[in-house]
Amino acid sequence: MLETLKGARRNLVSSASRERYIDAFHWMLLGRTAEEKLVSLWRAGKISGGVYLGKGQEAISSALGVLLKSGDIFGPLIRDQAGRLAFGEPLIDVFRHHFGSSTGLSRGRDGNVHRGNPRKGYQAMISHLGSLISVVAGALLARRFKGDTSAIGATTIGDGGTSTGAFHEAINMAAVEKLPLVVVVVNNQYAFSTPNSRQFACSDLVDRAIGYGVEGHSVDATSLRDCLEVVGYATERARAGHGPQMVVGSCLRLTGHAEHDDAFYMDKSLYQTPLGHDCLRVAENYLQEREWADQALLENWRKSAKEQVEEAAADAQREPLADPSTETWCPYATQRIADALLVR
Amino acid sequence: MTITYLEAIREAQEKALRNDQRVYIYGQDVAAFGGAFKATKNLAKEFPGRILDAPISEDAMVGSAIGAAIEGMRPIIEMQFADFSVAGFNQIVNQAATLFWRTQVACPITIRLPSGGNPGSGPFHSQCLESIYSHFPGLVVMTPATVEDAYTMLLEAVEIDDPVIFCEHKYLYNRLKADSLPETGLPYDTARVARFGRDLTIVTYSAMVHEALAAADQLRKEGIEAEVVDLRCVKPLDVKTILASVARTARLLCVGESWPWGGVNAEVIASVVTQGFHLLDAPPQRINSKDTPVPFHPNLWGAHKPSSQVIAAAARKLHDW
Repeated sequence: MLETLKGARRNLVSSASRERYIDAFHWMLLGRTAEEKLVSLWRAGKISGGVYLGKGQEAISSALGVLLKSGDIFGPLIRDQAGRLAFGEPLIDVFRHHFGSSTGLSRGRDGNVHRGNPRKGYQAMISHLGSLISVVAGALLARRFKGDTSAIGATTIGDGGTSTGAFHEAINMAAVEKLPLVVVVVNNQYAFSTPNSRQFACSDLVDRAIGYGVEGHSVDATSLRDCLEVVGYATERARAGHGPQMVVGSCLRLTGHAEHDDAFYMDKSLYQTPLGHDCLRVAENYLQEREWADQALLENWRKSAKEQVEEAAADAQREPLADPSTETWCPYATQRIADALLVR
Repeated sequence: MTITYLEAIREAQEKALRNDQRVYIYGQDVAAFGGAFKATKNLAKEFPGRILDAPISEDAMVGSAIGAAIEGMRPIIEMQFADFSVAGFNQIVNQAATLFWRTQVACPITIRLPSGGNPGSGPFHSQCLESIYSHFPGLVVMTPATVEDAYTMLLEAVEIDDPVIFCEHKYLYNRLKADSLPETGLPYDTARVARFGRDLTIVTYSAMVHEALAAADQLRKEGIEAEVVDLRCVKPLDVKTILASVARTARLLCVGESWPWGGVNAEVIASVVTQGFHLLDAPPQRINSKDTPVPFHPNLWGAHKPSSQVIAAAARKLHDW
């Protein structure tokens, strides 16, 4: 079985082609740049609540985003700014949602990372970790009912989220139904302040795949090239009807849990290990090694990303904020109930 | 030819499956076995591939229904017992109930909760959870008391665009019978005056409607005419019909099988006191199950939940106040 899998993998065309690599790199860069802007806006008091960053996780997130196709389903989590953009989220929506603009996807009803456009297969996470996996699985079940077998679904989770019952239930259920679901576990070593040693006792999270009867893959999440190859392989396996795939990427969270957290508790020596590599720097080096970009081009790309971000943030800031006087205060979609509430 | 409350639930599902390709049923033992109570009997044969056995994973059952609903399906989730629905509580109250509010995408799922006690069922197969689900914005909570309502309201539950908690009462499953099923019924959000009376209003729902009606029969013999209002749906709550009844009788007694603290009875009384205090000639009263887990032994269980005798005694006291 293992040999067959290895053979199949060797026969795959590399997912890390030049075009795709550069595409994914752009989303990484744009995601990082957008988050840097979010931080400065948050520090300036322009954003309520928290700002949650994906610093250090852009490679695996972006790889997943570019590998999904139009019509696929994506359930991103906290640290997936790069993947969200790669999947098609308009940059301005990032800022609208953080500001709580009345033009935003939730019109100020929810904020920061809790956003999506479910009609377009882009699911909006709630705070309860693990609970989005079964939602993506259910969307795939619906596609199957409707005769659409071309789409796959993907969702991400952290090392901490793997300890939830929801994670277990959803993967088990998806495995029973043989759904084309890719679950990307990004082990960034800490769940808020809790290290892996207090989170799970198995030696490697990918070992869980065999228990669920799904295919498991490990990847160095600091390497965009590896992420494109391994996540690419997993998405192809899912598309080809081999059921759920679990990818476990390893890296280090290069930030606190949120901007309000200085991460004093993190083991500083981890930064000196390969886990601590900044995936954006690794990708820049790779681009130069392959002569796909030089310093001048990289600088141009950075400048362009900054311009796009500044423009989107400025445009969003000019738009009206959520307004209690125009809010319907109606949580019901059913017209009859909404009408009755509005009359009252 | 008679049809039971349980058969009405099966018939409603059969009709929904026949008329709407978006409908499917997901739950434990619902396919070949036909459900723990046989509410899905033979449906798997009739609708191959649309009745799916689920692993014992209430969280994933509800979560997957939400994802399917986003994609345009109309899932019916059968919880084997209402008591087990709390294992999927997070998905129901945090994901399903908030989806439309957060995203403007509707979440038309129906979650069937076989509710309430039967002799010998004990603490974990007897609960009535309508009060706790009613607390959450975005959920519709139905509590049908008749065969006819079980049928028409379940069809409405599948049709409406919000998540519906459908509390079907196990005690009524095979005890309640009707001659036939109606084509249409009262709208789901409208309470029904099950019996008219001038002396006091008993507001109740689900199986307790029948205890209240039995109490009203007894009271009539004593010269007390009790009006019985069957809420049918506890969220949204038809306060208008309740107030109209209290305006006629000036006395309010609420009866429910769930626990007392902060429940449906409390909400009905709060609504009447805040909106119709001037209508009342006596302090509103409520009867719930005792504030303990549901006991196993029939002797204890019979005394734990409200009975027609207890309701009649409270009604007499209220009448004489």
